[in-house]
Amino acid sequence: MTLRPAFVASAWLLAACLAALALGPSRIPLGDVAAALLHGAGLDFDVDDRTLAIVASLRLPRMLMAALVGGMLALAGATLQGLFRNPLADPGVLGITGGATLGAVAAIFFGASAMGGAVLPLAGFAGALAAAVAVDRLARVDGRIPVASLLLSGIALESLSRALTGVLIYASDDRQLRDITLWLLGSYAGASWDRLLLIAPFAILAACTLPFFARGLDALMLGEREAGHLGIPVETMKRLAVGVAALGVGAVVSVAGPVGFVGLVVPHLVRLTHGPGHRRLIPLAAAYGAALSVAADTLARILVAPAELPVGLVTAAIGAPFFAFLIRREKRRLAA
Amino acid sequence: MRSLLLAAALVVSGAAVAFAEPPKRIVVAGNGLTEIVYALGAGDRIAAVDTTSLYPKRVQDLPKVGYLRALAAEGILSLKPDLLLVTEDAGPPAVLAQMAGAGLRVVKAREGHSAEILAERVRMVGAILERGDAAGELERSLAADFAVLAKSLAASPARPRVVFVLSAGGGAPLAAGAETSAEAIFKLAGAVNAIDGYKGYKPLSAEALAGSGATAIVTVTHSLQALGGEAAMRALPQFAGAKNMRIVAFDADYLLGFGPRTAHAARDLAAALRPNETIGELPKRPWIAAQ
Repeated sequence: MTLRPAFVASAWLLAACLAALALGPSRIPLGDVAAALLHGAGLDFDVDDRTLAIVASLRLPRMLMAALVGGMLALAGATLQGLFRNPLADPGVLGITGGATLGAVAAIFFGASAMGGAVLPLAGFAGALAAAVAVDRLARVDGRIPVASLLLSGIALESLSRALTGVLIYASDDRQLRDITLWLLGSYAGASWDRLLLIAPFAILAACTLPFFARGLDALMLGEREAGHLGIPVETMKRLAVGVAALGVGAVVSVAGPVGFVGLVVPHLVRLTHGPGHRRLIPLAAAYGAALSVAADTLARILVAPAELPVGLVTAAIGAPFFAFLIRREKRRLAA
Repeated sequence: MRSLLLAAALVVSGAAVAFAEPPKRIVVAGNGLTEIVYALGAGDRIAAVDTTSLYPKRVQDLPKVGYLRALAAEGILSLKPDLLLVTEDAGPPAVLAQMAGAGLRVVKAREGHSAEILAERVRMVGAILERGDAAGELERSLAADFAVLAKSLAASPARPRVVFVLSAGGGAPLAAGAETSAEAIFKLAGAVNAIDGYKGYKPLSAEALAGSGATAIVTVTHSLQALGGEAAMRALPQFAGAKNMRIVAFDADYLLGFGPRTAHAARDLAAALRPNETIGELPKRPWIAAQ
């Protein structure tokens, strides 16, 4: 693998992050943005309190949160699509998104938004973990977890969580209903250093472990038995990869809501442009997922200022047409 | 954590605190509060409002900071306000804390649908804007108007049973149950909510509507227009059991806003529900445009 794609992906991510720090509804000159960041880092730079608050307490944690969430979703999506050998797999198929959603909606229903703080994300995370454990139990056959059984158990659990979420939505009052609807669209508006600390360990764990499964996932493309003959510990890999992905996705969905499009489509984008090899696919998907998420959130903050859009709308609105364009280009290339 | 506590301390709940200068650039979230600021003659100090604030008409030209439960921190800060005036309903809480943490004065007004809470809000906004005299006058006028209405209602023994319907799209109409602003305005208008089996707004089946014993359906003008008028609404199967009920429509912000126009809204509703009686009109007030 040459280093060029990694370099290009990093450049995109860096550009998206710089734009996120520099742009926003308040016009702040670039020099002041830099001064605020350096001041926040403990250096002696002169900057007024308002600029400091906006750059260091609003834009910076929000940019980091967008990058972590987008990167984590795309990372998990790429891994799960490889593991299930199914192009439609995304964090939703394991029932994790549904579990996190049920947890968060239940928290809103029982009054969490008034409590603020960490209650809502913790409830979401608990829901995601419960879903992951339940799927694992359901799918296990004689100590092994066949992929088909895992997929079906995930679908069953996702439907069940959706039904229970529906019950809560039905029983909610007007105000809770609006909260739930907005949460379901995904948003990074609640980004803060506290919440970043809550999710960073899980996202970093996933980023440090999932790329090591690349060789195994490549072998798995030949089939489960064949991968075993190649010396891949298939069962262990499945359990570890699913576990780590579940933890990471559960953590990010619980703070940001189910941000759409990134987990499903970013891995396909990378496959279309860089081929299906997982050694390249997994890190590149994470980088482009993070870049797309950060760029989308910057647009979400600016487009309707002084209000803002839910980020999930923007990821899908810019991602889907671009994806369609890539598919058309690829089709033409294959026909030629 | 410390910054959160600090932010919480900066959010002053309801209490009037003496600041050196009255605020000059205010962002208001909550239609009732916006109307109070205008009624106190301080509308020119409003820099932006939320999407629920629709009255007076002039506010519709102001920048919009979004729905009051989905406010954006940097968007609001970019307007450089010196006060964010919100109802307790506003949020998300994390975003309010972020803005308070950035040094913006955030004041929350108590939420609720009653003449007492309305008077309390008027006093509070008056104190913050240093418009105590205007607030006292507004409070007295409101009290007088509510008293006139109560007197007319005392003379009329009928207590009509009514249903409030928020919208009726494809499915069952959303009807107001207990503890809603609709129920509160019914009480002020001397009417009884015929739907009391649940709290909040829920879809109501045609059968439950027919069996509610209501004599009238109250709805909001834009829902009725979206359905294509009264005849079109009656033609819907959901309202098959409502042949004998009258349909009465008001602007949502007028009927359910619980701002300075509420006494007049309650009087108009009371009169509309009693077509054969005369409910005395309330005095013309400067904060009420011709309805």
